[in-house]
Amino acid sequence: MTESKLGLDFGKVHYAKNVARDIAGQVQEFVEHYTTVAVERTLCRLMGIDGIDKNGVPLPNVLTDALKDNGMLSAGALHFLGNAMIHTGMTPGDIAVAVSEGKLEVRKVPVSDPQKILHALKPFMDKSIARIREKRARRENYLNTIGEGPRPYLYVIVATGNIYEDVVQAQAAARQGADIIAVIRTTGQSLLDYVPYGATTEGFGGTYATQENFRIMRSALDQVSEEVGRYIRLCNYCSGLCMPEIAVMGALEGLDVMLNDALYGILFRDINMQRTLVDQYFSRIINGFAGVIINTGEDNYLTTADAYDEAHTVLASDLINEQLALMAGLPEEQMGLGHAFEMDPAMENAFLYELAQARMTREIFPDAPLKYMPPTKFMTGNIFRGHIQDALFNLAGIWTGQGIQLLGMPTEAIHTPFMSDRYLSIENANYIFTSFRNIGDEVEFKEGGIIRKRAAEVLQNAVALLEKLKNEGLFTALEKGYFADVKRPKNGGKGLSGVTEKSESYMNPFIELLKGNK
Amino acid sequence: MSGGLYSMDSQDFDKTLDLTKIKPYGDTMNDGKVQLSFTLPVSCGPEAIESAKQLLKAMGLDNPQVVFYRELTPGFTFFNCYGSLLHTVDFTSIRVPKVESTVMDMHQVDEYIKENIGRKLVMVGASTGTDAHTVGIDAIMNMKGYAGHYGLERYDMIEALNMGSQVLNEDIIAKAMEMNADAILVSQTVTQKDVHIKNCVEFIEMMEAEGLRERMIVICGGPRITHELARELGFDAGFGINTYAEDVASFVAQEYVRRHK
Repeated sequence: MTESKLGLDFGKVHYAKNVARDIAGQVQEFVEHYTTVAVERTLCRLMGIDGIDKNGVPLPNVLTDALKDNGMLSAGALHFLGNAMIHTGMTPGDIAVAVSEGKLEVRKVPVSDPQKILHALKPFMDKSIARIREKRARRENYLNTIGEGPRPYLYVIVATGNIYEDVVQAQAAARQGADIIAVIRTTGQSLLDYVPYGATTEGFGGTYATQENFRIMRSALDQVSEEVGRYIRLCNYCSGLCMPEIAVMGALEGLDVMLNDALYGILFRDINMQRTLVDQYFSRIINGFAGVIINTGEDNYLTTADAYDEAHTVLASDLINEQLALMAGLPEEQMGLGHAFEMDPAMENAFLYELAQARMTREIFPDAPLKYMPPTKFMTGNIFRGHIQDALFNLAGIWTGQGIQLLGMPTEAIHTPFMSDRYLSIENANYIFTSFRNIGDEVEFKEGGIIRKRAAEVLQNAVALLEKLKNEGLFTALEKGYFADVKRPKNGGKGLSGVTEKSESYMNPFIELLKGNK
Repeated sequence: MSGGLYSMDSQDFDKTLDLTKIKPYGDTMNDGKVQLSFTLPVSCGPEAIESAKQLLKAMGLDNPQVVFYRELTPGFTFFNCYGSLLHTVDFTSIRVPKVESTVMDMHQVDEYIKENIGRKLVMVGASTGTDAHTVGIDAIMNMKGYAGHYGLERYDMIEALNMGSQVLNEDIIAKAMEMNADAILVSQTVTQKDVHIKNCVEFIEMMEAEGLRERMIVICGGPRITHELARELGFDAGFGINTYAEDVASFVAQEYVRRHK
């Protein structure tokens, strides 16, 4: 960004990023000393362990729980698996089955030299890394051959509960012009401490995220991508208690976009902050390596807090999320940092403020494919006004060069989208995007005007908040309710019992192999 | 195609309002005009349009008009339609259960509680079950409230605890017992496949099993909740769209006084 259309003080932006880096650094210092049951299950999956036992429990859970119950989690799943492979000569998959059937007692496996362990693990590590690379190459090949839609990408959701019905809806949406299909998860999945197995046809308000469902939908989208001559991305959600596990399942199946935000889970799902920040680090390493665009959930702050008064909390959180992502080796080009169009439509000049904030976010994160969320809080069931609110949102999106436009539905707050709702929303966005395509290049904002002043104000308030966060630490800030007016205790929430300090013998070579690499 | 001035429809119907036989109003009394849109799972074509018209007739719509259609994806066609409804209802015989309380503003509620109860009323609320939406319970309980209507936390004479989302029924009940609550507020936003019904029924059953059902005032709220539905499910009251903290507070205060007279 060489020149600002808002007269933004880039010296202040630079300073804000430095403060955010310090805040993220404090978190990172904590994160690096811990592992979680979800991280260890992720490593099991990276070693090829999949499937369920006779009670339907996923084998990565069976093995990780066995290690936890025997006080062996702090050395990590790979330490155990390497030793067990040397001791038994079996594959990791067979070892997990043997543990589940009670034929192998995890405590009785003798410990070998770390070099030998790594040597035993290597062929399986190489195999999963090769598969993730292959999926990434597949996407890049599509982008280089059939190409993609212009930005902002049109993002719509499907949420029937049945993966096969989702396919029908998703392919229809792609034909209507959607660029990204998000399969909303069934309500409550974020709180499951396991990932269900196989294709699923039952869900509430969404469809279970499972590796098989990922495969079914990605393959349906490949088919429709070729048909429409445009690569259609698939989005799912690696948030909640299985963050890194879902990241790795997505990476293995070629998913393109993932919701991935610890702060969101802490504030809106009451997930323990220690747990999810540790989980997030490894999940972002995986997403970075797999070429997956992450989406962060700051937009949600404005569904509980006021969109005008609390706009700076969104920016501050975006700045912290950017630094946490960079520390996990995830490049700017994959950061779908979140913000939203949520002001009260009855407020005078609300559109001007929205425009100011959207443009400000664009200029502060010039390389990020920003995720822009539509109005939800003030969608009332009046579908006719709602359609206009979405039109103004689309106008702000094209004007300010957003990356990912989550299309609002006129029936927001009534039901999960009908096929026709999606059609009307895509038509709305295409009309406005076409009609206003180059508006952003044509218009600059008046010096001393409402829009410039608003952008400067939000930035200033974000800097003040970041300085406060730096002094108090992110954990304390969350305890005090600085974001979204929600307070969460450091030792409260779900999933804390799955956090363990790493021991001397802990190993996770994937961090080095994947972080910041392609 | 449109009605009114350019209408080709017959105009020889009775244009006087009869409350025992009301029907929709477009621009002329008793024209019965209705607009609706839907998708049929068939390819676009004359047969699809005719099918749409026949469906309109089956719904009781005279002079069915398909004003717009579009194939959304192969095998699915979307329609915008108009027609004149033949059915009527007798407005004078309609009876709808309503929340039987006078709605007071925040200060009046505080005064009412001070005078009639003399201590703070304790209310515990949450979005329960698997429902992750806090927008409804926040609008009612949080300090800021919604659309200029302050939430229960701001009331001097109410001690309000908002437990947030995805709270298990047993957890909100346990919390209500611990705080010796006067009322429990259950918020339900997700209603797909009637998941809220199941959850609410379970809540009431647990309240009864704990012997708390009569002791506490229980309220259900959400965009798809009506007072009638809430009563059927065993709650004391239900609050749907366009109701705010003062509606809830007024009801709880007056219901408490009524029970303890």
